[in-house]
Amino acid sequence: MSEPRSTRSRTPLLVAGILAFVAVVALLLYGVQRSGRADRDSLPSALIGKRAPEFDLPLLHDPSIRVHARDLRGAPYVLNVWGSWCPTCREEHPILSRFALTKRVRVIGYNWKDERADALHWLEQLGNPYLLVLADQDGRTAIDWGIAAAPETFLVDARGVVRWKHSGMLTQELIDEELIPALTQLERAPAGPQLPAAP
Amino acid sequence: MSTAVTRRSGGLGWRLALVFALAWAAMVPSGLAQPVSDPAPLQYRDAAEEARFHALTAELRCVQCQNQSLADSNAQIAHDLRREVLALMQQGRSDAQIKQFLVERYGEFVLYRPQLESRTWLLWFGPALLLVAGAGLIAWIVRRRSKALPAAGEPPQEW
Repeated sequence: MSEPRSTRSRTPLLVAGILAFVAVVALLLYGVQRSGRADRDSLPSALIGKRAPEFDLPLLHDPSIRVHARDLRGAPYVLNVWGSWCPTCREEHPILSRFALTKRVRVIGYNWKDERADALHWLEQLGNPYLLVLADQDGRTAIDWGIAAAPETFLVDARGVVRWKHSGMLTQELIDEELIPALTQLERAPAGPQLPAAP
Repeated sequence: MSTAVTRRSGGLGWRLALVFALAWAAMVPSGLAQPVSDPAPLQYRDAAEEARFHALTAELRCVQCQNQSLADSNAQIAHDLRREVLALMQQGRSDAQIKQFLVERYGEFVLYRPQLESRTWLLWFGPALLLVAGAGLIAWIVRRRSKALPAAGEPPQEW
């Protein structure tokens, strides 16, 4: 008599158990899939949609000239963080150079915690794709940018708002599928939908 | 004997480091600064400040090597951030302000203890919720069984 009753009571439990198992397996698969991505450790930038920091840095090639954040407003620019000590930057260099040569946008170098002579030598040896190179030798301004490692690449719009960021090496794929579309989008709507008030 | 020698050479190393630090400071305006992070150790004003610094950096996550705290990490950026945290402390900022400073730049990720807000409720209370759900499930099963047992005057089931 109790046989059908106990079976009935166990069915929802069984269904719940199977559901829980499937959910755990799905979570596991998602984790495994994510772990294969090259940028799995990179953090989303806290700066996206916010104004770029008010930096004031000397030029690598002529430290007597200082560049302020406001000097770069008026047109979008790409800021590429690199150092001569960074092997991935060397690997990224030809890809970035090819993009810079298209003159789609101003490409600005951000030489981070580097020795000036080494940095200049690096550019001489590999070619200088940058319109200008900012030198941040003590790394203090880099903290304002939220830079954690090199290479990192930011896209800043004409009003000085950070619109896109990539941590790690740029690839042709990333340029074609993320950077250029982001650029196109902000060129189409230069003011942007959520622009913070100008200071 | 050997300890005395070590101690003396340690003092010499310290003096050398100081000389280098001074030379480094002197070189900065010429634009030829030593680029690698300042090798001089952090200077605390007193033991209380040092204790506060250690407690604070233990609660912050290194942004590069993400499974280490800012206090433990030897990454270049962690050196820089420790220096910045100490500088902010010496400017008289509170722990909350320093955390806010880092969150604004690096995101909530830097906090080992995320802030309690509607977005993080699941994170904070999820485990307790699961525990309560599990306890509820067990209670339900036990009640079911105990209700079923006395009613059935039959031989025990095979399992």
